[in-house]
Amino acid sequence: MRSAITQAHQEEWARVVAALCKRFGDLDIAEEAAAEAFATAVERWPADGVPPNPGGWLTTTANRKAIDRIRREHNRVDKQKEAQMLYDDEQPEPPDAIDDERLRLIFTCCHPALALETRVALTLRMVGGLTVPEIARAFLVQETTMGQRITRAKGKIKAARIPYRVPSKQDLPGRVSGVLAVLFLVFNEGYLATGPDTDPVRHDLTAEAIRLTRLIRALLPDDGEVAGLLALMLLTEARRTARVSASGELVALGEQDRGAWDAALVAEGHRLVRERLAAGVAPGRYQILAAINAVHTSARDVRDTDWSQIVALYDQLVRIDPSPIVALNRAVAVAELDGPEVALATVDRLDDKLAGYHAYHATRADLLRRLGRGQESRSAYDRAIALAGNTAETAYLTRRRDQLG
Amino acid sequence: MQYLVSVIDDKTNSATPEEMDAINAFNDRVKAEGHWVFAGGLAAPSTATVIDNRSGDPVFTDGPFVETKEYLAGFWVFEAPDLDVALRLAAEGSKHCNRRVEVRPFL
Repeated sequence: MRSAITQAHQEEWARVVAALCKRFGDLDIAEEAAAEAFATAVERWPADGVPPNPGGWLTTTANRKAIDRIRREHNRVDKQKEAQMLYDDEQPEPPDAIDDERLRLIFTCCHPALALETRVALTLRMVGGLTVPEIARAFLVQETTMGQRITRAKGKIKAARIPYRVPSKQDLPGRVSGVLAVLFLVFNEGYLATGPDTDPVRHDLTAEAIRLTRLIRALLPDDGEVAGLLALMLLTEARRTARVSASGELVALGEQDRGAWDAALVAEGHRLVRERLAAGVAPGRYQILAAINAVHTSARDVRDTDWSQIVALYDQLVRIDPSPIVALNRAVAVAELDGPEVALATVDRLDDKLAGYHAYHATRADLLRRLGRGQESRSAYDRAIALAGNTAETAYLTRRRDQLG
Repeated sequence: MQYLVSVIDDKTNSATPEEMDAINAFNDRVKAEGHWVFAGGLAAPSTATVIDNRSGDPVFTDGPFVETKEYLAGFWVFEAPDLDVALRLAAEGSKHCNRRVEVRPFL
């Protein structure tokens, strides 16, 4: 029974919220009524059995809950509107229309007039169905703070009339990339969780990000960057269990047990990358990152890695994203191809931009170690450890530093 | 639905002739597209007077109600069906008047 409800929650939450949003034009009513409908399911299904069409049952129940609430607040709604609502109480929506509604919901939650952290929270609540305490825990903020953030966002959407629709064709590319940025942020927080009191890898967040990206992919199957982001997430997630050792230490890519990688996820990721290559369209950021991960996951042994291919892909990435972090990651690949000295020269030029970034110091520390410059390596590890927020990464860096001798 | 688009500046009446031309051309287009409600430039906050007549005995205070380095130097009021349209108009307004702007919906 619990699994039937969990499954219905995963599959139907966003549909129910989206359908209610369309009908009542109010995120707050939609969210509350959907939550009440699922609470009712938890009460009733164990006794009555799972209804033959759980999604339909939940939507109908949520609709009634919403109408109950609006009746209670009767003075705010005119009678004609209420009659209209009652009239199509049982009208089923065609499946395509519902998918379209979910897409609207995601675009509304990821509207550029909302702060990025707000978009992330709202998307996890409205589309992902996570509870406010769950989201608060994921981002290490107080529950009341997170509740206020979401309430304020719903208030702004209503008062400023942020439209509930898929953006116009001319705005769509920019808005899709805004949605992908939110999903990537959720994934990354799961993949390398910050904070000393949290698990180093938050599988709940990576799984949720993948689930939502799959949803976007189903809705926008021809968008290359959507496919690219999904591939990138799958190829990263495939390495999850190999990435943290039994003692809770981060395991670097070159030291991972490649037999422990999830072969099904790797295969699916590779399929998506091949699909994008076959499309013959200039790839965006996520597609290039996915291709880099495809090269890594194609090597059965780290020594078989095609580093020249990886550097070539980073060169391509630098052209569309000349950020210092991309330059840093490129230098890591260059170290394998041209040696640590060449890479270090590049890395040292990034100092003014990345001095506060732990991965910059960790990369320098490793290059200095390989060049036999132990003293400088040690102080770079010290900087990296001081800045790293992830417990598994801190453990890894500490061991590497202490092995310097 | 109406939106207030505030022009943020630390000077008043500081638009160059080129900026004024661009603003006027933009305003004409806003009118032609049916989004125009009202617009205006404001004199410096130092010219403001705050009035408190809650007690029925008006008290006048010289200066603005809050002193800030940047302030409302001018504004548009647009008619727009939703925030996306208001944001598009505001973005064009920001470009043409060459200042930052803030969009706020009317109740």
